[in-house]
Order: sequence, then structure tokens, then C-alpha cells
Amino acid sequence: MHIKFERRIEYSKKVLLAVPVITIGLSILVSSILLTILGKSVPLTMYSFFIAPFENFYSITEIFLKFGPLLLIAQALAVGFRAKVWNIGAEGQMIMGAVAASAVPVYLVESTSIFLLPAMLALGALGGMGWAAIAAFLRTRFNANEILVTLMLTSIALQILYYLLLGPWKDPMGFNFPQSVMFQDEALFTPLFQGTRLNTSIIIPILFTIAVWIFMEKRFGGFKLEVGGLAPNAATYAGFSAKGAVWSSLLLAGFAAGLAGMSEVAGPIAQLQRSITSGYGYSAIIVAYLGALHPLGIIFAAFFLAVIQIGGDVALVSADVPISAVHVFQGLLLVFYLATYTFVNYRLRIHRPGVLQSAKVSS
Amino acid sequence: MSEATTTPLLSLRKVTKRYPALIANDQIDLDVMSGSIHAVLGENGAGKSTLMKLIYGVIEADDGEFYWEGERVDLRNTATARRLGIGMVFQHFSLFETLSVVENISMTIPGNRKELAKRVLELGETFHLEVDPQASVHSLSVGERQRVEIIRCLLQDLKLLILDEPTSVLPPQHVRSLFDALRKLQSKGVSILYISHKLEEIRELCDTATILRGGKVTGAVNPNEKTARELATLMIGRNIPQIEARPHQRDTDEPVLRITKLSAQNPDPFGTHLTDIDLSVFGGEIVGIAGVSGNGQQELARIISGEDLSHNLPVSTIEMLNEPVASLNATERRKLGFSFVPEERLGRGAVPPMKLAQNSLLTAYDKGMLNRGFIRKDQVNDYTSKCIEDFDVRCSGTQASANSLSGGNLQKFIVGRELMLKPKLIFLSQPTWGVDIGAAVAIRQHLLNLRDEGIAILVISEELEELFEICDRLHVIRNGTLSPSLITADVTPDDIGEYMIGTAGAPGDAPQNEPEFANAH
Repeated sequence: MHIKFERRIEYSKKVLLAVPVITIGLSILVSSILLTILGKSVPLTMYSFFIAPFENFYSITEIFLKFGPLLLIAQALAVGFRAKVWNIGAEGQMIMGAVAASAVPVYLVESTSIFLLPAMLALGALGGMGWAAIAAFLRTRFNANEILVTLMLTSIALQILYYLLLGPWKDPMGFNFPQSVMFQDEALFTPLFQGTRLNTSIIIPILFTIAVWIFMEKRFGGFKLEVGGLAPNAATYAGFSAKGAVWSSLLLAGFAAGLAGMSEVAGPIAQLQRSITSGYGYSAIIVAYLGALHPLGIIFAAFFLAVIQIGGDVALVSADVPISAVHVFQGLLLVFYLATYTFVNYRLRIHRPGVLQSAKVSS
Repeated sequence: MSEATTTPLLSLRKVTKRYPALIANDQIDLDVMSGSIHAVLGENGAGKSTLMKLIYGVIEADDGEFYWEGERVDLRNTATARRLGIGMVFQHFSLFETLSVVENISMTIPGNRKELAKRVLELGETFHLEVDPQASVHSLSVGERQRVEIIRCLLQDLKLLILDEPTSVLPPQHVRSLFDALRKLQSKGVSILYISHKLEEIRELCDTATILRGGKVTGAVNPNEKTARELATLMIGRNIPQIEARPHQRDTDEPVLRITKLSAQNPDPFGTHLTDIDLSVFGGEIVGIAGVSGNGQQELARIISGEDLSHNLPVSTIEMLNEPVASLNATERRKLGFSFVPEERLGRGAVPPMKLAQNSLLTAYDKGMLNRGFIRKDQVNDYTSKCIEDFDVRCSGTQASANSLSGGNLQKFIVGRELMLKPKLIFLSQPTWGVDIGAAVAIRQHLLNLRDEGIAILVISEELEELFEICDRLHVIRNGTLSPSLITADVTPDDIGEYMIGTAGAPGDAPQNEPEFANAH
């Protein structure tokens, strides 16, 4: 008997929907086992993860605060992933967006101009795009693998951030803490509700999602990107530029990640400090895949991951689980997603040779 | 011919192999006598290659029984098959280009190299399969590589040799020496399973033919007693449609495509460099490029199509419709009235998982399918359904995905899509490769009709019969150089064959036994 993977000729939409459901189910199952081994209460942890975040208004606004950057970055990454451009350095692009945007309030400490925020938006987007452009250039000019380049650029971006915070941009009144001055109100988004951190920047990911959906579904540009990802030789045959696909995928991701970084420093954090990204750049990769690289699916996936991140914080306190529980759960999601997705394209066949088995070779 | 009235060497009973979408082999019965050259005849997709892979143990049967010299055997891997004395030469050779002949052989055959080299020479002499054991494989011609593969099988006490379309890669002259070798093998008691779709060859060489159609055996006959037409009817299940060709004069005074002194280095050290290629195609004529595969066809095709712009050719090296185009990409060339059908359908001419409608968009987007960058679905669907209808593409409709179509139907779709662009110059590479006879005839007829309307057509093909059927002029590509232009009506397939192997000097030269390079330059 042996087991074989056979390529499916066709698959139904139902299968595609089943993938995230099964993925989440398996992830919950395995993390329950891990929690039991750790001697933690599974029901309490699950309650903290999935129910507690919805128990009060403040934590619901916190979900949406996390939802924004995850959605924004994941939508852009998904476009690139569909074009088979593997940008895994959105984290670095986000840092550079935050750094570039922060230059405005850091150097114009006294300013109360209404142009502060628009200038930060522009610089944030440009900072992310600039950082992604390095990877695009190296890929198109020297064929340097963008997976490695974007990942390494993230490390460099972190070092730039640390340098600025420990040196030139350190708040002189900040008791030597590695952080910038607190930004003035004019450099910050307005909170949507009094006493919460959720602010007007939530509009950016929503507009961006609509734009990406139109681009991928209705525009020729989106079609060209997708052809490049599905069949590079067909793209060359049609005369679509492969370099164009790399550039536009990376610049789009840089744009979105840069804006996400800007939204963090001009939002909940209100200054430049070491932990501005909260790992959004990496979590967004999981969001993009869990959402099947589809604009609509990504909305649900981003919301789900936002919930478990808030839930993780709750569980930390109420169920006494380690902080890494959220990371483990996210990791499980990705692993099970990839494993489950295999079954969309392949079917498992257990092969029993039957009568043939009894016959022996004679020679 | 040896008679074997006793037990067959190999018998198959009700052998079945299923794939998710089709039954590749459906209850196949086959008896191969020892010392027989047994043909397996069928169209592309009839299940010939699957059947051979089952016998050689590359894939496993779902059902059925195999008997070797009367005893039940379980052919579940190639090692078993080889132990029984079965050898196979695939269509695509499995040799390492950078290694010598004897190094390649010693990878699968035990023994020291000196010993092996000696045996290679002996076997070469006995079976007319001469090859230099110390030569590097990349320096060998296709015919010589095939000999290496056959010798490799002979070195292991061979009883049954399986050859998969062995002549599709050979010029006519080398076909004859291959046949000599096969007859020699037969006289020493080796059985041969010979897969082909070429009827004349089979009638000349084989003593038995099993005919497959749609995965089933439709006949087991003596091919010498049947006409080619009868065999074809068994093979495709109906009469072969005939092409209607009228003589035609060129329609333009100036060539529509002119290539002057095109040379291109191939960055791949074992690739083919193109040297000094001169070629022109006028309106209202079909020009064919013949040649054994791997002589620069693919490189030339990519340069003409604009897919490969890496050579920085002087801009007037290639002129289309009197415009220098060497620096233009595929899109820009298409805008001038050029269209191209590549030899690979899935992944190049079409995007496999995309719908046919989306595949129309791939090259026909300029035909009113876009409105300021927005895709106009109605126009895309109209174009697609017209293509499906006019070119008789059998599919479930405009929303069928490209990879759900058979090779022939997808090719009809791609050819149709390109012809509907109303090009003035069309270039097709291997237009009927893997296409069933009916579809191939339809495509050729379309090309002839277009020629009569004054379109300039360039065709690269490895099927000499096809080129003779439709081309007004022919070139032969060999080793990256192009022969002078030959008027099809004035040459024979043998003349073309001489250019293929490089023995053609002045017309009328007798073919030499060993190719000596005496080409016209």
C-alpha cells in the first residue's frame, strides 16, 4: 500500500471556504493540547482568546486598532503574492515609514500647522516605498532574491531605528529612554471615541481595500500582475514586463506598510520608539494567506488575527499563559493553512495494488 | 522475420490505468512475441506513452495482469523491468551533457570504464550503432545520443527494447540507419516495442501493430497487409480529412519580415548560438523552417517574437512591415501587425488556470477590451465566443479554464485568438505539435487560406510532412545557421534531410554516411 498525492482537475468554491475553517479548527485543537501539557486551563484560555475581547467597548476598539494595520499591509502583500513576488519584509518597510513620518514632528517640534499630518502621511508612504524599492532594484538589476533582501532589509531598518532613538532623535528630556519626543496633537490622528485609542486612520485600510479589490478584479494592471505570477512565460509572451510586476508589487507593499507605520506613530504610540511595529509586518503575511489572497477573505482574516492578538493579551493576565502563546497560535495557523491548502489542489489516494501484489517477480 | 508460435515474451491482460480526468489505458491486451518488431500506433493522447511507462515500471497499473515469458510478474518499478531484460529509450533522452558517453553509461551500468568503453565499441560495431565512447555528450548529434541510449539498454542483457517516437527527432537519413540497427537487434532475438504515429515507418519496419485509440485497443494487425489509409482509419476512427491547397503567388514586392545577418550568442554554454541568419517572408507566402530540434529553433523564435531582447541586436536586424523592430518588445511588435503562436501552449501561449476569456485578454486586449485600463467584460466574452465558434474549439464555453481543454483544442483556441487579431505577419512554432490529425488539418487549412488572402506566414516545424504540405519556400536550421532558401516544389525530403545533417553542398549530392560539414557558407 502506498499513499500518493494526485492533482485535482477541478475544485469547488466550498473547498476554498473549508480551508480557513479547518485551519482554525486544527490550530485550536493543537494549542489546546499544548496548553493542557503546560497545565493551563483550556476553556479559560479559549474564553480569553475569543470571547473576552468582545466583552467591553474599549477592547472592541482595540481590536479595530489592530485590525487596521493588519488589513492594510495584508492587502498589499496579497497583490504581490499573487504575482509571486515574495516580499516578507513589510516589517522593515513599516519601520521606515514610521521613521520617515516621524522626521516631521521630531524636527518641527513647535509646529501646529494643519499640514503636519498630511506631510507625515506623504513621508510615511515614501519611506516604506523607498525601502521596498531597494529590494525591487536589487531583484530587477541583479536578480537578487527578494525573500532574502526584504528580510535582511528589515534588520537594517531596525538598526536605523535604534540608532536614531539612541542618538540624534532621542528626546533630550526623556531620561535617556530610547524614544523620541511625544508628538504634538496636530501630528496625531483624532480619536474616534473619547477615551479610546482607535482613531481616524482606520479609514486608510478601508479605502485601500476597496482600491485593491477594484485593481485586482477590474483593472488590466491587476490582470497583468496575476499573469506574471501564474505563468511568467505567458507574461513575457504577451509582452507584460516582469520587472514592472516586481516594482509595482514591492512599491505597493512599501506604500501600505509605510502608511501603517505612520499610523502607529501618529496614532496609539504618539512618538517614535523601539516597539512601533508590534510584528504587524509578519502577521500580515499570515493574514494574506488565511484570507486566500483575496481582498474579501483578507478582511475576515485580519479581523480574526486582531481578535486573537487582543485575546492573547487578555489570556496573559486571566489564564496565565505565556506571551508567546499568541505567536505559537499564529504559527500554527500558517502551518495548518499551508497543509490544508495542499488538499485544494491535490487529493490523497491510498493505493492498494490488490491482485497484483500476490504475484512475485520471476527472473 | 522470426516466427514465434510459442509463448509470447510479454503479455498484457486487461491492463488499466486511470487518471482523475480520464482512463489513459482501458483494459489493454497486448502480446509481444520474441524477435518481433511490434508497433504501438496511435494519435497523441491515445495512451501509447502511458502503456509503455506501465510496462517499464515507471508508473503502476491500477488493474490487470502482466506475463513475462508466460509467468505472472509484478512490474512495479523500473529496476524490476530492467532485471527482466526490458530497456526503454524515452523521447527526451536522459544523458548528462557535460559527461562523456562512457561516463554516462557507467552511471547505471556497473563495471570499470575501460571495460565499458570496449563493450560500447563492440556493440556499436555489431549493431551499426557506432559512437565514440570518450566523446562528450554535448558534442554528439541527436542521432548519436539516441545510439548511446540504445547501447546503454543493450549492455544489460536486453530482451525487449521500448522506443518512444524514436524518429521524431531524426533527419530522414538517420532514420534509415536506425532501422538497420533495429533489424540487426531483431535478428539477434531482441524484441522491440516501437511507438509511433508515423504510418509509413511502421509499414516498413514492423511485423505487428497494435493500434490504440482513446486508451483502448482498436486493432492488432500486420501493418504490411494494410494500406496507410486503413491504418489511419483504425487510428483516428474515420477518414483523414484532406487539405485543399492551390498554388499562390506572392502578394508583396517587399518582404513583410526581413531578418538580416542575425547573430546571437547563447549564454548557456551548451546552448545553440545563432550565426548570420538571413530570412525574408513576403505577403501571400508560407515559409517553413525545418530542422532537428535543438538546432536554434527556440532561440530564433524568441528573438523574432520579441520575448528575448537580451542580445541588443542592431535595430534593423529585424524588420517587420518595413519597420526596424529589433529593440521592440512583444507588445510593440504585435501593434505593428505581427502575431505569434509559441510551441508551448500551457504556460506560454495560455495561462493554464485562467479562463479562456481571460486568455483572450492576454494578447487581444487592444481590440477594444479596455476602457482606460478597466476591463470590458462583454467585449472580452464576445471575442472569446467568436474564437470558440469560428475555430471549432471544443470546450464548455468562454469560462472554461485553459487547462481543461485538450492540447488540440487549446491550440485551435490560441491560433484562433492570434488570427483574429488580423495580423499581416504571423509566425507559428510547431503549430500542430501534439494536436490530433483532424485539428492539425484544420489549422493547416486556415494557414493556407490566410496565405491566399495575402498574409505573410512563417512556420517552424519538426514535421517535414507538414512543411511540404503547406510551405512555398523552406529553410533548414542546423547548428544555429540557416540554409539558403529552397523552393518546396523543387526539393525532396531527402534534400532537406541533407541540410539537416549538414551533408548538403551542391544540390544533387549523394548523402554521405557520416555527416561531414560542407554547408553553404
